[in-house]
Amino acid sequence: MAKVFIITGTRKGIGKQLAEYYLSQGHIVIGCSRGSASIEHENYEHFSLDVSDESAVKKMGRAVKKAHKRIDVLLNNAGIAAMNHIITTPYTQAKTVFDTNFFGTFLLTREVAKVMIKQKSGKIVNYSTVAVPLRLKGEAIYAASKAAIENFTQVSAHELGEFGITVNAIGPTPVPTDLIKNVPQDKLDILLDKQAIRRFGKFEDILNVINFFIDDKSHFVTGQVIYLGGVTG
Amino acid sequence: MKDKIIELVYKAVKEVGEEQNKEALLTPNLETPLYGKPGYLDSLGIVFLVTELEELIAEEFDCEITLADERAMSQRTSPFRKVSTLVNYTEKLLKEENISNG
Repeated sequence: MAKVFIITGTRKGIGKQLAEYYLSQGHIVIGCSRGSASIEHENYEHFSLDVSDESAVKKMGRAVKKAHKRIDVLLNNAGIAAMNHIITTPYTQAKTVFDTNFFGTFLLTREVAKVMIKQKSGKIVNYSTVAVPLRLKGEAIYAASKAAIENFTQVSAHELGEFGITVNAIGPTPVPTDLIKNVPQDKLDILLDKQAIRRFGKFEDILNVINFFIDDKSHFVTGQVIYLGGVTG
Repeated sequence: MKDKIIELVYKAVKEVGEEQNKEALLTPNLETPLYGKPGYLDSLGIVFLVTELEELIAEEFDCEITLADERAMSQRTSPFRKVSTLVNYTEKLLKEENISNG
């Protein structure tokens, strides 16, 4: 049966690939990004919005509920990276990272959960990073925003569990996308050295974990963070 | 507009009453207590009520309000105390959104 997905950050990178994959599986995908749509498909609908814009997120949630009557899966994929020493990190940059990564995840979760609570089912997948357990220099703000997401994931799992909603998080290793294009190679090498399996992540690695989290048989799996590449928390 | 809001709040309260098996909420009036002492709803009930009422308001007025905003959460007398306080708070939020008819 076709499921209704909301995936944030679908204009490029992993988000776009995920949207295209679930569309190819016959599902309905509602995507969003600050820019215009880069996917054309009869089962795809795009909202141009900033995930930290409360009013816009509420409108999208309501519009999706009205059009499709339900929301089965939320993938809080939208995120921005920032690599900077704390001493040279502007306050505005730190706030921007938290706006998109943490507050975007919070707002989408809150608005989508309102729909899922009524239907008494739903799967939410948030995005952390291996930078959280690895405590990498230069990643303080980015990792802190993702650490906030991990705790948010675990508490949300408790608050929403009784409504049949699961909330989990994936912690990818670096995947060669725009997100890491400005990270120096030597920094990436240091990171790869800390993994049990030394290679970049692939789209398929992320897809595999997400498919596990949103599988109907995974209804007893919630509040978990799965890191790729053998990184441990 | 106020009559419409009262009607929607009653509808939302009844819905939550059915969901939570709270008989007193099935026949609400303006003095029906909701949250706190001697309210009929716990924090979970408020979650249901907020969800339900925001949806009814959006459908009726084509406008998005957030009932659990900073002011609602910090007021000494919670807007969720009883039906009439919730009606008044909803009306205030709608007016701020420039919704004046309905």
